[in-house]
Amino acid sequence: MEAFAALLDALVYTRSRNAKLKLLADYLRDTPDPDRGWALAALTDGLDFPAVKSSTIRNLLTERIDPVLWTLSREYVGDSAETASLLWPEPAEAPSPPTVSEAVDALSRMTRANVMVELPKLLDRLDANGRYALLKLATGAMRIGISARLAKTAFAQAFDVAVEDVEEHWHGQTPPYAPLFDWAAHGAEPPNSDDLPLFRPFMLAHGLEDTEVDLADYAAEWKWDGIRVQVVRAGGETRVYSRSGDDISATFPEVAEALHIDGVLDGELLVRGAHQGGEEGGAASFNALQQRLGRKTVSKKMREEYPAFVRLYDVLILEGQDLRPLPWSQRRAALEALLPRLPADRFDISTVIPAADFADLSAIRERARDDAIEGVMLKRRDSPYVAGRKTGLWYKWKRDPLLIDCVLMYAQRGSGKRSSFYSDYTFGCWDGDPDTGAELLPVGKAYFGFTDEELKWLDRHVRNHTVGRFGPVRETDKSLVFEVAFDSVHASKRHKSGVAMRFPRISRIRADKPAHEADRIETLRALIRD
Amino acid sequence: MPRDFSWIRPEPWGIHVVPADCWIDPARPVDRALVTHGHADHARGGHGETFATPETLAIMKLRYATEEGAVPVPYGERIALPGDVHATWIPAGHVLGSAQILLEHASERIIVTGDFKRRADPTCPPFEVTPCDVLVTEATFGLPVFRHPPVEEEIAKLLSALAANPERCVLVGAYALGKAQRLIAELRRAGHQDTIWLHGAMERMCRLYEEWGVDLGDLRLVSDASKEQLAGAVIVAPPSALNDRWSRRLPDPITAMASGWMRVRQRARQRMVELPLVISDHADWDELTQTVVDVNPAETWITHGREEAMLRWCELNQRKARALALVGYEDEDD
Repeated sequence: MEAFAALLDALVYTRSRNAKLKLLADYLRDTPDPDRGWALAALTDGLDFPAVKSSTIRNLLTERIDPVLWTLSREYVGDSAETASLLWPEPAEAPSPPTVSEAVDALSRMTRANVMVELPKLLDRLDANGRYALLKLATGAMRIGISARLAKTAFAQAFDVAVEDVEEHWHGQTPPYAPLFDWAAHGAEPPNSDDLPLFRPFMLAHGLEDTEVDLADYAAEWKWDGIRVQVVRAGGETRVYSRSGDDISATFPEVAEALHIDGVLDGELLVRGAHQGGEEGGAASFNALQQRLGRKTVSKKMREEYPAFVRLYDVLILEGQDLRPLPWSQRRAALEALLPRLPADRFDISTVIPAADFADLSAIRERARDDAIEGVMLKRRDSPYVAGRKTGLWYKWKRDPLLIDCVLMYAQRGSGKRSSFYSDYTFGCWDGDPDTGAELLPVGKAYFGFTDEELKWLDRHVRNHTVGRFGPVRETDKSLVFEVAFDSVHASKRHKSGVAMRFPRISRIRADKPAHEADRIETLRALIRD
Repeated sequence: MPRDFSWIRPEPWGIHVVPADCWIDPARPVDRALVTHGHADHARGGHGETFATPETLAIMKLRYATEEGAVPVPYGERIALPGDVHATWIPAGHVLGSAQILLEHASERIIVTGDFKRRADPTCPPFEVTPCDVLVTEATFGLPVFRHPPVEEEIAKLLSALAANPERCVLVGAYALGKAQRLIAELRRAGHQDTIWLHGAMERMCRLYEEWGVDLGDLRLVSDASKEQLAGAVIVAPPSALNDRWSRRLPDPITAMASGWMRVRQRARQRMVELPLVISDHADWDELTQTVVDVNPAETWITHGREEAMLRWCELNQRKARALALVGYEDEDD
C-alpha cells in the first residue's frame, strides 16, 4: 500500500504527461502480481466495493468528529477521501500497512453490516497518505487526472507492447488482469475475446478550427446530436456501449434486441421525432433523448413515446472480419451493403452530404436547421478506423454556438483541481426592463470556458462581491456580465425561467459591461426551436 | 452588569480602539495605528503615527523607506495611550518582531493576537500565553484538516529530494518575510551548511534578519551563480517567482513550496508544486483551539480565516464567540 500511496501522491503533483507515464510504467513494472493489477484497476475506475460508499466515509467520520466541522472541512478540501484521511485520528501504534491485495481482499469482504467496524481497522494501519490511497481505492473515485487511455499507454510503455493491442485485450478482462500481465510481462498468448460482445475503443475527431479540407480527400457527414454508441453482437449476445465504454443495453433494450448479425457497429443513438419539433419518423432533439438517458429500466410507455434508433456511422467488425484496417470508403461500402439486412425501425445510416466543394459544404452547413444536427463530420476517405484522436483523419465541424449576455448570480466551489475556488457559476437574464425594477431569473449554470487566470480573477470577484451565503453557495451582488455560449435552448417546465440551455459555457467575461445591459429572458426564449 | 467591551469596535478595515482613537492593523491610512507585525496586509504605510516593535518598524522602514511617525515599543513595555488605554506588545511567535497587542481599559483586557503560531521558531521569540477577557484571534488555518507536521519532517523531505537529485536544484517558494528566513534557519539547524541561493527579492529581508541577530549562514544571489553552482543547491524565491520566467535559468528545478496550504493536495496542485512542504508560520487547528483553552478568555472574537469552524468549535466547547468580518488580509502565500 505504501508504494501505491506514493504513486498516487507523485501522480497528483506531477504535471507532465510523460512524467506521469513514467511513474505509472515504473510502478507496473516493479510491483508484483496481483498488487499491480488491482492498482491498475483502481486507477482506471475498475474496482467497486458495494459496501463502501462516499456516504460510508462521511458516516465513519461523523461518528468521530462534529458533523458541522466535517462539512466545513469537506467543502474546503473538496474531496471526501482526502478530508477523511486528514481528519482521521492518528493511531497510537506505528502503522503496519496492508498490501494492495490485502486491502482489496478485506474491502471486498466487507458488508453494509460490518463496514463501519472493518474499514476503521484498515485505516488504523495507515498514515495520512496511506489512508487517502485506501479511501480512493475503496470508493473508486480517483480523479487524479489519470484517464484509462493514459493508464493503457503506461501499461504499453512498461512492457513494450502496442497500445492498440492493450486496448483490444483489456476489455473483457477483469481485475487484477492476470492474463493481461501474463501476456505483456511474460510473453504468454493474449486473452481470447472473439466470442465476447466487447467494447472496442472509438475513433474520435479533432475540432476543425480554421482548417479547410479538400472534399476529394474527405467525405462529409452530418454529426447528429444524440449519444455516440457502439452496438456489438458476439457469442449470441448484444450490447450497447456508450462512448466511455459503459454498457447501456438495459436503457435501450429495443436497440440491443434488434441486432442479430455478429459485428461491431458505430453510430449515434437518437430518439424518433414527433417530439419537440422533430419530423415524424426523423430524429428529435437531444432534449427528447434526455427523457431516456440514465434509466436502469425502461417502461413500455417510454419505449413507445420515445423510440430509440441508431444512425450508423461505421462498421468495425462484421461476421468475424475485422474491417478496421480498411480505408473508410471500403468500410462505408460494407456498411451500406449491410443496411438492408438490419431492421429499418432501429437502424438507418448517416448520409454523406453531397457537397461539391468546401465552400458548398459551408453553405449547406449554414442552412441546416434540423435540431438533431450538431454539425458536420469530415472523414478522410482513406482513413482506417483507429482508436482515439489521430490528427488529420477525422474532423468535427460544429455549428456555431449561440451567445447571450447573462449576469452572475451565484457561485459554488468546485471540486478536484478547483477545490476551494468558486468555479461553478449560476447566471441569469432580466425578466423585463431592469431600469423599471425587473429581476434576474437564473437561466443556467456553467463551470468551464475560462482560463486558470480568469478563474482566479472570478474567484476573487465572488469573494469580494458576496452578499449572501447558503452553505457552499455564495450569492453575489449581480454586477458581473458573462457572455455565455450554448448549443441550443429548450422549453423547460422544471426551470423557473422556462428555458433550459444545452451545453452552456462561459465564452467571455464582460467586466466592461454594466449588468443592466445584459440580455432579457425573452431574447433567450426567442431562440427556442423545439 | 454584563460587559460589552464597546470601547473596542471591529470595523471592516481594522479594529478601532475608541477611547484612544487608534486602529489595530488598519487597512487604510489613519492618524494612529498599532501594528502587530510587518506583513504588508497588516502593516500598511501612510499612517500619522505607527506604534510597533522596533523589529516591525525596521521591516516597515525597509518596505516604505520612511520612519516618519514611527513609535517603537519593545516587547513587554506597557505604554499609555489617550483615553486611559494601555497597550503592551507581547511575542506572537509568527515572524521577527511579531506581537500580540494587549489593550487595557476600564479594568478590561483585550488581546489582539495578530498572526501567531505556538511552535518553536529560531527566528523569533515564542508566543506568550497572557490572560485576558477578550481574545481576538486569527483563524487562517481554522479547520481541523490543518495539522502541520513537525517542521523537522518537512526539512528532511527537502534534504532527501536534494540528495536524490544531485544534478537538479530544489526551488522553494517561501513568503519573503518570515517564512524564507525560518526555512533557511531550519535548514541550518538540520546541518545543511551549503550556500543557499536567493531570488533578488529575498535579499534585503534576509540581511535585516541578520542585523537583528538571526544567523542564516552563507547566502548568495542566484543572479551571481553559474548553472553548475546551482546544481544540488537550495534556492529560495517568493512564491510568485516559482512558475515565472525567472526560474527558467535554473538547472531543472524541483518546485517546492513551504506553506501550510500544502497540506491539501489540490492546493499544492493549483500552485504547480511538485514537492509540497507543510511549513506554516500560523497556528494550525490544534494550536488555535489550544490557545483559546490556554488563554481562557470570557469571549473569543475570530478574525481573518476560516471563522465558521472556529465558531463551531467554540459553540461545542461552550465558549462565547463571534466572528469579525475584517477585509484586506491575505492568506494565500503562507
